[in-house]
Amino acid sequence: MIPYIARRLLQGLVVIVLISVITFIVMRLMPGDPAYLLLGEGEIRISAEQIEAIRRRWGLDRPYHEQYLVWGWNLLRGDFGDSLIRTGIPVRQMIFETIPVTAKLNVISLALALAVAIPAGIVAGVRRNSPFDYSTAVGSTLGVALPNFWLGLMLIVLFALYVPRWFGELPLVGRIPPFGLRSWQGYILPVLVLTTEQMAVMTRVMRASTLEVLGQDYVRTAYAKGLPNMTVLVRHAVRNALLPVVTVIGFRVAFILSGTIVVETVFALPGIGRLFTDSVFRLDYQVVQSLVVVLAVLVVAVNLLTDLTYAIIDPRIRIG
Amino acid sequence: MTPSTTDEANASLIAETARRSEWSQSWRRFRANRIAVGGLIVILLLVLLAVFAPLFSPYDPIEDVFRGMRGGSPTAAHPFGFDHLGRDLLSRLIFGTRVALLVGLIATGIAVSIGVVVGAAAGFFGSWADMLISRVIDTLMAFPIIALLVVLAAVLGPSLTTTILVIGVTGWARFARVVRADVMSLKATDFVTAARSVGVRDWRIIWRHLLPNVMGPVIVLATLGIGGIIILESALSFLGLGIRPPDPSWGRTLADGRDSILRYPHISFFPGLMIVITVLAFNFLGDGLRDALDPRERD
Repeated sequence: MIPYIARRLLQGLVVIVLISVITFIVMRLMPGDPAYLLLGEGEIRISAEQIEAIRRRWGLDRPYHEQYLVWGWNLLRGDFGDSLIRTGIPVRQMIFETIPVTAKLNVISLALALAVAIPAGIVAGVRRNSPFDYSTAVGSTLGVALPNFWLGLMLIVLFALYVPRWFGELPLVGRIPPFGLRSWQGYILPVLVLTTEQMAVMTRVMRASTLEVLGQDYVRTAYAKGLPNMTVLVRHAVRNALLPVVTVIGFRVAFILSGTIVVETVFALPGIGRLFTDSVFRLDYQVVQSLVVVLAVLVVAVNLLTDLTYAIIDPRIRIG
Repeated sequence: MTPSTTDEANASLIAETARRSEWSQSWRRFRANRIAVGGLIVILLLVLLAVFAPLFSPYDPIEDVFRGMRGGSPTAAHPFGFDHLGRDLLSRLIFGTRVALLVGLIATGIAVSIGVVVGAAAGFFGSWADMLISRVIDTLMAFPIIALLVVLAAVLGPSLTTTILVIGVTGWARFARVVRADVMSLKATDFVTAARSVGVRDWRIIWRHLLPNVMGPVIVLATLGIGGIIILESALSFLGLGIRPPDPSWGRTLADGRDSILRYPHISFFPGLMIVITVLAFNFLGDGLRDALDPRERD
């Protein structure tokens, strides 16, 4: 077990270093000089000395490998530097302000998706080729094919335009705002969008693994010794069928974060995804490169965590 | 149900199966799958639409601007209505098919080519090459792909070529992973040992003996991936980092409708519908190919 953990930790570390190097190189290739952006465009005349001063202040005058080492060392200490464009605000503060929104969105969506997908997948697998199986198949096929930004816009049209026209105010939720997060209702539509895709994928995985487990010999044995249906399902089949779902969650973290970038932009939510796209457009090097590394570290960490969980649950993995 | 007739039926089935090649058996299985054939037909129609876009589209997608029709609703002459600048939406969507298919097919082609070569090398040669390549694969898979695409598109300057290159060059990791695993397990088989013992060179073994055996899963994965790539292209254009205006891409048109989504919802509705139809068609085709090429995978 310990050699396995050590090996996986080392691999994760290599990946994180590679990511930071790639990000750093790519960011330096960006067009436009942030020194000019800092001083604002337009009428203001900028003297050569002013630009020089800014370069020195932000370390932009040093050779690239030094810039990387300074940045990397600071990252390790948890210091992400200051935003270049929104002067003076530490990147760490920006990340801490935006992360709760993104975390709430994705944790709620993932929990909802699992709460629906696991039972739906089990039932679809047990009652194979039943009408229920077919309808979940249609649902998950559609769920995977709907682009999240389009689904988001269509939900906005539906809930901000048609629902009030047809039904007036909805009970419990009242008026659902199309954009922003001024009230908790602002979470409803983005959560719906994020849930849809995860739900579709998880239902498929759960159905397939239920089917596979049901074909195993030990399940047949459990039936043969006369255990009731529910006992076999709950105690023998589902437990093992859940394993692939754990892997898929780990595997999908990168996709979930991609989704959040797009969805936060569609709904104008102040999360980490929108901070990211905003910073790209403003050429805010410091923020973009920190965010990419933070996101990638998150992915690597979750992957590692699911791998380890898996190794603990299933002893066969440790040997491989 | 007499045993003799069953035996006879079995015998003739076995004889028949033996006569047919692997590919023709696959084709028969594919043809029997109506959903998959439907997907293929829709894709062929979309290809026709893309190739002959000027013939099918009633107006010019960029030049024909109708005065006073900004965001106009559908009419008989303009069944999909007008976009936010007063251009015919149907014509823009027809030309958008070109972008979607170009990006989907070429980017997939690039990703598959890189992935197959890299994956085969990693799986066949093992040792340090495998170590290095596996870490690169992990790294690519750990990037939230949209983040990577957004940064690269911003660096290179958004355009059709950038979009294709960026999606293709970042998307090879999953092909490499599959090819690597398959090549590793095939490497240990007798026919490879036999080829080696008569002195066949490494790359020839990979090219002639191993790759034909891993192409099935790669084709399936590629087909299933095209839909995802079309969505990626749209997402990138939607964020303003894909196809540049005034060129008609579905994602771009969708984004054009975003600012006036509550007044003119049709501008965003129709391009999204086109994306969904196209993605579904490729997914159906991919599922059908998987069932046909690899019957073991069928559930």
